[in-house]
Amino acid sequence: MTTFTVPTLAQMNASGEAPEVLFWVGCAGSFDDRAKKITKAMAKILHHSGVSFAVLGTEEGCTGDPAKRAGNEFLFQMQAMMNIEVLNGYGVKHIVTTCPHCFNTLKNEYPELGGAYKVEHHSQFLNGLLKEGRLKVEGGQFRGKKITFHDPCYLGRANDEYEAPRALLEKLDVELKEMRRCKQNGLCCGAGGAQMFKEAEKGDAEINHVRADEALETKAEIVVAGCPFCNTMLTDGVKNREKEQEVQVLDLAEMIALAEDL
Amino acid sequence: MPFIPNLIFIALLGGAIFWFSKNVGRIRRNILLGRDIDRTDNAAGRRANMLRVAFGQSKMQARPIAGFLHFIIYASFLIINIEVLEIIIDGIFGTHRFFAHYLGAAYDIIISFFEILAVATIITVVLFWWRRNVGKLDRFHKPEMKGWPFKDANIILYIEVALMFALLNMNAVEENFAASEHSFIISHSIAPLWSGLSENALHLMERFFWWIHIAGILAFLNYLPFSKHFHIILAFPNTYYANLESKGKFTNNATVTKEVKLMMDPTADPFAAPAPDADAPVEKFGAKDAMDLSWVNLLNAYTCTECGRCTSECPANLTGKKLSPRKIMMDTRDRIDEIGKNIEANGEFKDDGKALLGDYITQEELWACTSCNACVQACPVDIDPLNIIMQLRNFATMEESSAPAELNAMMTNVENNGAPWPFSQMDRANWISE
Repeated sequence: MTTFTVPTLAQMNASGEAPEVLFWVGCAGSFDDRAKKITKAMAKILHHSGVSFAVLGTEEGCTGDPAKRAGNEFLFQMQAMMNIEVLNGYGVKHIVTTCPHCFNTLKNEYPELGGAYKVEHHSQFLNGLLKEGRLKVEGGQFRGKKITFHDPCYLGRANDEYEAPRALLEKLDVELKEMRRCKQNGLCCGAGGAQMFKEAEKGDAEINHVRADEALETKAEIVVAGCPFCNTMLTDGVKNREKEQEVQVLDLAEMIALAEDL
Repeated sequence: MPFIPNLIFIALLGGAIFWFSKNVGRIRRNILLGRDIDRTDNAAGRRANMLRVAFGQSKMQARPIAGFLHFIIYASFLIINIEVLEIIIDGIFGTHRFFAHYLGAAYDIIISFFEILAVATIITVVLFWWRRNVGKLDRFHKPEMKGWPFKDANIILYIEVALMFALLNMNAVEENFAASEHSFIISHSIAPLWSGLSENALHLMERFFWWIHIAGILAFLNYLPFSKHFHIILAFPNTYYANLESKGKFTNNATVTKEVKLMMDPTADPFAAPAPDADAPVEKFGAKDAMDLSWVNLLNAYTCTECGRCTSECPANLTGKKLSPRKIMMDTRDRIDEIGKNIEANGEFKDDGKALLGDYITQEELWACTSCNACVQACPVDIDPLNIIMQLRNFATMEESSAPAELNAMMTNVENNGAPWPFSQMDRANWISE
């Protein structure tokens, strides 16, 4: 993909190096074609900012989040223990991930099982880079554009992080138009709690369609998400109204990578 | 026979307190039927949360109109109850307006302030009644609100209005006494309504309203344990014992941890002699019935006042699914109440062939949840319906294997190839070179 290589932790370890941060890619980021673009954007930003990072590659496994939310505590803990064994084996201290579900599970549910790391959602990590002056972001192609931001439940309500994504967007000089339901009151995209992997129960509407309509109501040209699953759900919702030509659904990382022409 | 009213009053008060304590004890016993969990940590944080959320009503204000109206009734309730203390002293000792002797001129000002609160309460209750019965606010008319829950809500409003009217009229009648020493701001203007009565009739009416007021308060007290209105008491312990950690952090099951560790320990001997406690009953994973839930879940259930803010924020409910977080709480309370009655009738719980999961909460409701925490965020008293949903899912998946087929397929994928989709683990890093 790139002009630079993304090392695995195994490769780095073999040459006696340790990265500053582990980039936890997640299942969506590894396998879903749309989410892979977010992964690549994030890798480009990390490289561009001179961050020494690595991925687990084939040694990464599902954090167990969807299994736990589907009620399978046993499978969740099996996944967690296997991942913790790998992470602790490499002496990982700091993890960044573009998936709020991985973020929440690694941050909140792994410590009791023996896996205690500093875990950050990419919006938080990138804000850190901005503050340290390692990453400089200017509006670029997004300057003055009207956008809206969808709070992922597992970043927002679950972990009380509402400001980090907005601080990044502010740097892009966009016009942020909030949806009627935002921050603490943000409406779920419909994918959480393992819903991503099943059909919805009988009802009179799809959650992602309702949420996408709320985003479209703002007349934003870009709907920004901070989660690969929200991204999929909202993209589908925008298509449902046949607005995909006018309205883009982008991740925070993609916004920054595009603004910086990475 | 000058002591007869005092004796009647003491008997009434004693009886009311006794019956109330008995019913509170019944609820306490039901709550403690729940599984034990530790919520004794971080006492300072818990106190602060209780002060902010219950006493300070911080989460009520997320909806400013309802929040403001509710605050009026709440503040009036707390403040006017100071007068109840005087009524009790008067009732026991046969005094009249006991505090007036000590407060002098300030007494009339204080009671006038109480009267203003009483009028504010009446206005607010009328608005609440209108919202519920005429305004047809959607969340008050969901399926789970049909029947008793809807009546219960109105009964509370009627009692509140009746109590305030009794208080104001009692004062108004007294102002007409020949030897009246008091005049209060609101009752002063309704006093002329009673001016036609003889001195004897006035004294009789004053007593009538006095007794109606205190008997009404004691009746209201005893209505609470049978009503959703019990939240005025349980909101305090409920916010104290609430989950103070990140809402995204779900509990890890310790028994599972032990088993998984054993499985992953290469030195573990699968044929080793069973542990000394091996005869202990096998632990059930998750919750099937109300007693499988924790006592905090059950405390939550009795605290719920069925306001429905949770349900009105729930993405599943908003899109017409059967799931309603409020119904989860009401079902849990109704079931543990039923279990409590079963225990009272049989000495111990006798299997009635029913369970929370299946007979009260259906699988269809259970699997519609997106675990988004909107219900938890919305609850003004920190009730956590999601925690109950997850324990029921644990049971459905781990004990009954009754999760939806697509979820079973997803879990098989996680188990086989470490991802919820059927992609090979070996392809995880393909994006790097694509």
